[in-house]
Formats: sequence, structure tokens, C-alpha cells
Amino acid sequence: MAAAPLQSVPAPRPEDQDASVSPETRAGQAYFDRIIADDSRIEPKDWMPEAYRKTLTRQISQHAHSEIIGMQPEANWITRAPSLKRKSILMAKVQDEAGHGLYLYSAAETLGTPRDVLNQQLLDGKAKYSSIFNYPARSWADMGAIGWLVDGAAIANQVPLCRASYGPYGRAMVRICKEESFHQRQGFEILLELSHGTPEQKEMAQDAVNRFYAPALMMFGPPDDDSPNSKQSMAWNIKRFSNDELRQRFVGMIAEQVKVLGLTLPDPELRFDEETGKWIHMELDWQEFKDVIAGRGPCNAQRLARRREAHANGAWVREAARAYAGKQREKQMQKAGAA
Amino acid sequence: MMSQENEGQAAGQQANVWPLWEVFVRSSRGLSHVHAGSLHAPDAEMALRNARDLYTRRNEGVSIWVVPSEAIMASDPDAKGSFFESPQGKDYRHATYYTKSEGVKHL
Ligand SMILES: [Fe+2]
Ligand SMILES: [Fe+2]
Repeated sequence: MAAAPLQSVPAPRPEDQDASVSPETRAGQAYFDRIIADDSRIEPKDWMPEAYRKTLTRQISQHAHSEIIGMQPEANWITRAPSLKRKSILMAKVQDEAGHGLYLYSAAETLGTPRDVLNQQLLDGKAKYSSIFNYPARSWADMGAIGWLVDGAAIANQVPLCRASYGPYGRAMVRICKEESFHQRQGFEILLELSHGTPEQKEMAQDAVNRFYAPALMMFGPPDDDSPNSKQSMAWNIKRFSNDELRQRFVGMIAEQVKVLGLTLPDPELRFDEETGKWIHMELDWQEFKDVIAGRGPCNAQRLARRREAHANGAWVREAARAYAGKQREKQMQKAGAA
Repeated sequence: MMSQENEGQAAGQQANVWPLWEVFVRSSRGLSHVHAGSLHAPDAEMALRNARDLYTRRNEGVSIWVVPSEAIMASDPDAKGSFFESPQGKDYRHATYYTKSEGVKHL
């Protein structure tokens, strides 16, 4: 009977045996593995496995698309915001989201896919973005619920991403996280004012929380046992915590915050489990999640149509800017020639 | 040894796309400009305006530089440290190398 190999001896990897793998690739892989093992950062010009590049390009661009589409539910309310102060705040927030989209497109581009290609994927309906933005914003209180719950969930998701192994992504996330806390607080304040207002206002606030609670929890992605890519992302130090772990942490935070609002969360199963030290929440409707991601949510068609329209309406600005830049360059060359 | 560096090299090269610019921001007087990120713009003037809107919405800067990404030259990451070999093993370039003076004041 042959002795079983010791567990600590790693099985030879296929690329170590495969003669078709070039020495450069082997050296690159070893370099990459060492950087990941040291929990250091990969930078744009470093060698990286194709799958790592592909995963990151998809994740960062989806994230960028989410920021851009995410401007719509709130932009719809700027003209109807109840005061000049609230209009200014909402405009600043929507402008921030545009900025977040641009930081992220810049980070994604460093992996080799140009921004306009990524943008075209969104316009063609080929790219995914966060399911949450396909839900309608029906009342002013929704601006509160979105800031508190949606931006709140985004923060819980994004803070660990500041340590993502890909340098440009981590740096973009640091910048974004700094700006997000204002978003969550202004939303909380909207709900607080409404919940301490007239009974009708309080009801409006509760209704908004009721509608956004479950979709916000789904923002962390499918349950761990149905999230096939998570494991690889964690091995690459892109993801630091599992979907369910982040979700239960977030539930714990809002379970406390909702008390200050004087509102309730629409979750009969919500409780802290002393034994595991974790928060338990109700079962979420994952079929709904899949439908919305696949384009069958309440607002998918509307959101994409609006994005296409905005892009088309901006065409003349892009053309004019290019023409102006060209003319200026010509003038400068003529001047240089005359001198 | 040298190669062209920019944080989005693939993008700026296409004729139908605005060129890529790297943005450097001085956060307050007396400090250096620090790399903040990159953006696309048709010319330097628009790049500066876009950089202001994108990277200084909260008083993060008192001065901005924009540099065409393709104008930046960088050391080659594939050279794996050989480019930076010279300071290695030269601890005597650091004050901490000199331990005999420990305890002597103002030294
Ligand atoms: Fe954002
Ligand atoms: Fe936000």
C-alpha cells in the first residue's frame, strides 16, 4: 500500500507541468502569488492572471454602472424636493454619484478595456448593475430610505473593498467611502424629520422603509451557498468578507438605528442570536433578485432608456468640445509656424 | 528599462476617444501635488475644469496639475527590483545604522 501523501505537500499545479506555459507566465504567476500571499497590492502594469483581470473588469465596471444608473431615482426628485436646502443636498449627492462612476471607470480602464467600450456595454443592455436601482422612488420619504438603507448597504459593502488587492480599485473605494457617509446621514435625517412630523409624514417614512428594506439587504448579493465566484474573489483578496457575513452585520447596525427613527423594520424574524453572535433576518425572495438582475424589475427598461437618451443628448457637447480642441491646436501650430 | 505608464493606457490611444489625463492635486499651500486619479478630456483646459469638478468638490485642493497620460514615463515593473538594487545593503545611508551614539543628546 502506497503511503498517502502528506496533506501539506501541494499537488503539482497543471501550469507547472504543462510545457506550453511559457517561463514568463510561470514567473509572472509566481510573482503574482507572492504579492497576494503578502497581502500587498497589484498595480496596472504587473503581470496578473487573465481570470483576475476579467473578474475585476466585470466587477469594477458593474460597480461604475451602478453609480451612474443610481443617479436616476434621486435625480427624479430634485425638482420636487421640499426646500432649497434639500434640493441643494440632493444635487450634491447625485453629483457625487456621477463622480463615483467616473473614479470607477478610470480604475476599470487600467485593466485594459477602454471606458467607451464599458459604457457601450451598459447602453446595449449587456452589462449588469446593482438590482436596487430598478425599484421606483415613489415618495419624498424614499429619498430618506435610499440614503439610509441603500447608501448604508453600499458603505458596508465598500469599506472592505478599500483593501482590495487591485491598487486602483482600492484607491477609488477610499475616495468613494469618504463621500458616502454624507449620503447616508442626509437620508437618515430626512427620515428622522418625517418620523417626528405629522402622522401622515411618519406613515410615509415607514412605508418607504418597508419597501426598501428587503431590496437593500439583497444588495449584498446571493447567499453564500449560491455565490460561486465569492470563494475565488476572497482567495484573490478582492473580497474580504462573505455576502451573508456583511449582510448580517448591516442588519445589526440598522436594527439599532431604526429605534432612533422611531420606526420599525418589516422583518418578523429579526433577532440577535447570542449563540453565534450573529444577526438573523427573514428569508429574502431570491427569485425576485434574479428577475430584477435579469432585467425584469419594475424600472429596468425605464432606467436604460433614460441612460441612452442622456448619452444621445450629450453627443453634440462631446463633438463641440472635440472640434474646439482641434481648432485651438491648429491655431497654436500656426502661431508656432509664424514665429 | 523605461516604459510608458498611465493608469488607463488602453483608453487614450483611440482616435474617437478623448485623451486620458493624470490629475495631481495640491491639498494646501506648502504641500506637494499628489496624484489623485485620471480622467478623459478633449484638451488641457477642459481637463482642468473636469478635474476641479471631479477631484475637488469638497475643498480638497488649492492647485491642480493635469498631465497627458502618454507623456508620463515610468520604470518597468517587470525589472522586478533590479532597477532599485543600488540602495540595497547600504544601511549606512540611514541614521539608524549608527548606534554607538545612543543616549547622546541632540544627536
Ligand atoms: Fe456612490
Ligand atoms: Fe452614495
